Amino acid sequence: MSIKSQKDFFSGLMFLVVGAAFAWGATSYSVGTGARMGPGYFPLLLGVLLAILGGVVMFYSLVVETPKGDKVGSFAWRPIGYILGSNLAFGILLGGLPSIKLPSMGLIVAIYALVLIASKAGDNYRLRDVLILATALAVGSYLAFIVLLKLQMPVWPTFIAG
Amino acid sequence: MDLIANLSMGFGVAFTPINLLYAFIGCMLGTLIGVLPGIGPVATIAMLLPATYALPPVSALIMLAGIYYGAQYGGSTTAILVNLPGESSSVVTTIDGYQMARKGRAGPALAAAGLGSFFAGSIGTLILAAFAPPLTELAFKFGPAEYFSLMVLGLIGAVVLASGSLLKAIAMIILGLLMGLVGTDVNSGVARFSFDIPELTDGIGFVTIAMGVFGYGEIISNLSRPEDEREVFTAKVEGLFPTLEDFKNLLPAVLRGTALGSLLGVLPGGGALLAAFAAYTIEKKTKLKPGEVPFGQGNIRGVAAPESANNAGAQTSFIPLLTLGIPPNAVMALMVGAMTIHNIQPGPQVMTSNPQLFWGLIASMWLGNLMLVILNLPLIGMWIKLLTVPYRFLFPSIVLFCAIGVYSTNNNTFDIWMVAIFGLIGYLFLKLGCEPAPLLLGFILGPMMEENLRRALLLSRGDWSVFVTRPLSGGLLAAALLLLVIVLLPSVKSKREEAFVEE
Repeated sequence: MSIKSQKDFFSGLMFLVVGAAFAWGATSYSVGTGARMGPGYFPLLLGVLLAILGGVVMFYSLVVETPKGDKVGSFAWRPIGYILGSNLAFGILLGGLPSIKLPSMGLIVAIYALVLIASKAGDNYRLRDVLILATALAVGSYLAFIVLLKLQMPVWPTFIAG
Repeated sequence: MDLIANLSMGFGVAFTPINLLYAFIGCMLGTLIGVLPGIGPVATIAMLLPATYALPPVSALIMLAGIYYGAQYGGSTTAILVNLPGESSSVVTTIDGYQMARKGRAGPALAAAGLGSFFAGSIGTLILAAFAPPLTELAFKFGPAEYFSLMVLGLIGAVVLASGSLLKAIAMIILGLLMGLVGTDVNSGVARFSFDIPELTDGIGFVTIAMGVFGYGEIISNLSRPEDEREVFTAKVEGLFPTLEDFKNLLPAVLRGTALGSLLGVLPGGGALLAAFAAYTIEKKTKLKPGEVPFGQGNIRGVAAPESANNAGAQTSFIPLLTLGIPPNAVMALMVGAMTIHNIQPGPQVMTSNPQLFWGLIASMWLGNLMLVILNLPLIGMWIKLLTVPYRFLFPSIVLFCAIGVYSTNNNTFDIWMVAIFGLIGYLFLKLGCEPAPLLLGFILGPMMEENLRRALLLSRGDWSVFVTRPLSGGLLAAALLLLVIVLLPSVKSKREEAFVEE
């Protein structure tokens, strides 16, 4: 037996595993009865249902022929890494990381870091353009979010702003 | 007459300078993202939710609604001029619209789309105003069993009419429902699936899911494809007005599109996309007049009908949201989020407890449509310029706005980590061919469904038959079942697959 549709096979597997995990987790809460439902009742029901559906999707993926095998294809690790990395850098710089005693560096620094890292995810990277974009976004965000909308967030590094 | 009194109150609210301003901002933003491919109304509304905290609820909702219908207008502009649907609901407009542009008739095509949309939007708004009160009356007769069945119908309807695999879509709904249950259970106070993380006891942020899956997931997937070549018709767009001949062809198409769009918009899972598609199919079936340009080669009806339909659908999809509190599509799910942020429980009581908000929102939609038609035609040149902004400038900006938006929701970096996780999950969904929109619907409805199931079974002392023996509830469930059966019929099934392949 071979996999006829890779996409369906793996999505089915995902539903099966996640559903089973939710159902298993739900059993650690009180399930109760229909008339007096505990916190575990509905998640258990849904988890089992999801796992069954996942199983059915997997079954079909092994049986029903698809034209090109519905390949999942390779993962775009580069964009994933840079986009999510830039997001994490933004969070760390904006909020600081108390566990390693990193103080908050504020919004402006965080914006530069985010734009510099995120731009790496694209195909043509030109430092000059990226810096211009970062500056424009930093000024724009400062005006829009801090001045106009008055959102509460650190703007400058704590050791400068005090 | 009540309708007129209510509408005039609505216009009183919508005509205040501040609300006009927010309607304007919403329409402009909506058009902007409609023009720009690669970012849709779902991600934009999610991004802007935090920015609306400080606004009064009416202004916030007026702006967010403006984004939604503004996007329908913007999407048509790029569809006609660049052969690139800025919005998924404009996919069919590209077929004839772009051909018209190539033949030097971009002006009439744009005018047909704009005027058709305006007409349809006005009718859609009127229908919303006329039908909302009686539906609300009906909604007050609903008990927990009826609400539960209604949500089942809504969720089933949403996937039946969506594209892609039915089974996977249902699985995505259930996954969404489960994710909606994360956090403290209101009845027992037990923190479910929170892994002892304090932030998770409040549940997964709805903004983080929407932005992660629809914002970051899409960006990553866009970046993994080579940038496509765009052929932009920057050459002058002249002779804006359609000829008399055009008008004669256009009018019945607009009427048909509006009727169909209004009807389909109300259905769960309907909304703009399906409406546009169905309207085009109907136009194609009607006989061509002698001497009329065939479809696919620049027939003005092929532009007017789907554009009217998607706008009418965009308006009427507010009906289930405002009357029953049930979102029929992902954008409306976000509106539910917006209302809850402002402490408004969506549902039939909105009309009685917040009449200002209810009628103000409806009136603002008509004003917004008017603004769009006045603004869009002269500003077309500017929107076209925007298309020349390369994606490499666009995507870092989107990433940034997502990050700022997420952080400012709770002023908490935890949400930033969560959005990264959901970005990865969203990309995984796209890779596996699982549509994320049903997940968002399930996520919104999860807690509501559990609550209503719980109450219904408590009242019936654990007897499940209450869902079928109560006539309203039974009828709703039967309708859901019927939908499923119809879609699974072999003949319909193949037609459905065909339809989405064509798209």
